[in-house]
Amino acid sequence: MTSTIAPARETVRAADRVAAARRHVSMGETLAQTMTMAWRAVKKMRRNPEQFFDVVLQPILFTAMFAYVFGGAIAGDVESYLPLMIPGILAQTVLTTCMVTGTQLREDMEKGVFDRFKSLPIARIAPLAGPMVADLLRYATAATLTFAMGLLMGYRPGGGVAGVLAAILLAVFTGWSLAWIFTWVGTIAKSAQAVQGISMMILFPLTFLSNAFVPIGTLPGWLAAFVRVNPVSHLVTAARDLANGALVSGEVAWTLLACLIVIAVFAPLSVRSYKRHI
Amino acid sequence: MSITEPAVRAEGLVKAFGEHRAVDGIDLDVRAGEIFGVLGPNGAGKTTTLRMLATLLPIDAGRAEIFGVDVAADPHVIRQLVGVTGQYASVDENLTARENLWLFSRLQGIPSARAKRLATELLGRFGLEEAADKALAHFSGGMRRRLDLAASLITRPPLIFLDEPTTGLDPRTRGQMWDTIRGLVADGCTVLLTTQYLDEADQLADRVAVIDRGRKVAEGTPDELKTAVGDSTLQLLLAEPGEVPAAVGVVRRVLGSDPVLSPEQGRLNVALDQADRAADVLIALRTAGISISSVSVAKPSLDEVFLALTGHGTDDPTKAKENR
Repeated sequence: MTSTIAPARETVRAADRVAAARRHVSMGETLAQTMTMAWRAVKKMRRNPEQFFDVVLQPILFTAMFAYVFGGAIAGDVESYLPLMIPGILAQTVLTTCMVTGTQLREDMEKGVFDRFKSLPIARIAPLAGPMVADLLRYATAATLTFAMGLLMGYRPGGGVAGVLAAILLAVFTGWSLAWIFTWVGTIAKSAQAVQGISMMILFPLTFLSNAFVPIGTLPGWLAAFVRVNPVSHLVTAARDLANGALVSGEVAWTLLACLIVIAVFAPLSVRSYKRHI
Repeated sequence: MSITEPAVRAEGLVKAFGEHRAVDGIDLDVRAGEIFGVLGPNGAGKTTTLRMLATLLPIDAGRAEIFGVDVAADPHVIRQLVGVTGQYASVDENLTARENLWLFSRLQGIPSARAKRLATELLGRFGLEEAADKALAHFSGGMRRRLDLAASLITRPPLIFLDEPTTGLDPRTRGQMWDTIRGLVADGCTVLLTTQYLDEADQLADRVAVIDRGRKVAEGTPDELKTAVGDSTLQLLLAEPGEVPAAVGVVRRVLGSDPVLSPEQGRLNVALDQADRAADVLIALRTAGISISSVSVAKPSLDEVFLALTGHGTDDPTKAKENR
């Protein structure tokens, strides 16, 4: 870096560079940039493996806790509660995992490197979508461990391997879609703690005011009405049908539709507020 | 698009954060191939100006062009023309130096194999080979700055923004950074840098704009600027603050110009075009019977430039607002 700078290199010509500059980012470039950002996020995960504690511990702990606490009361015994509960835990763990997406984005955005990302001629969505692609690993881990824990406790899904895999895939996709809500929260909140606080307020009603842990029939009418339209309920029902009976019900379609609506609304909102963020 | 298009042309730039106008109508004209310095104290609006030009902040009013391209209308083109090195190293803490350079190359569409070669080349050029695969936590401030600058040069942009490139560096590292910056211009680049140090602007810049409280207060070559302030400064502290008017009269008679009154009681700063004229002033003061409790001759500091140009020092109450 001393005076040995610039071995005979071609001179930089501004006018040529202006002429060669492109006006927009193409779809192909956006995809490549997103995958590069995903590579960065995976590197980060590998260097900070403690980030995986939640996706490893939560499915194990929650499955055991909920089964033994509610099993007897709701289904008579633990084993008959498992087919009802495991898809519920699946939805819950995946949702909790996607909450972390927003918190980590917020922490990341505080750092100087995001300034550089902004100053580069790259798609504005790439720094947001990259970590989300990497998070697919986390959803898959959480979903797989939930079923593994269930199997260990005596759950025998009637849908077989294909049904369980389909349920996991659906949960992973739903998690990824809903993560856009938390990404948006990540771009508007003032701090990582604020993201966590706001996310909790979104998350708790969504997971508990659903049919994840209790049958809808036991709820008062006004609550049942909300629970029926809650997208988490659709995911839980769809996952139950898939895992327990290899049945692709209309609930799958409702879940996918809800996911697409969430992406269509929150992906543009996230990019917009990311651009505005100082 | 002619070759004589200025690198930066900004007219009446404004940025307001709520009530506070961080940048309040700044014009800039940076010629292609020069090093242009923006000199000013903390909170003057230097960083904010640079961030607007780099598309990192929206421009509230006024307009700016870089090589003839409108900054607000074509941000994506601007980002291909400008390399930005921030005040705080903007590289990824979770990656190694080599991985950082590879990441930024890939993001800008350079194929993986070429990105690897480019990273090795840049690491060599900036003396970072040995630390290439170490965690950034072990990097010194100077190493981070170098990595940061290397990351800005990946696509060899024709215009480079350096935000306080040597703040916090030790003198040796500072000198190395200056050499690097001169090397960029030798390559055909234009450099726009901000600094708080008069000597840095003097050493590096072809032309300097002095910014204070969001406004440009002076512009010119470092020589022109120093002529306005004097080549060196005689700093006097009078034993009797009440004798200040008399002392001002003496200085005016000897040098033909007024001294600058410092906010401190009884302190005068006298701009000198030659350091040996200090003796003339001191002799005249003794003849007039004005006693002095301390005296020193120094190179003009930024503070004196500011006193001379604006009538107040660099101590700005809005300091904290700039670096957000």
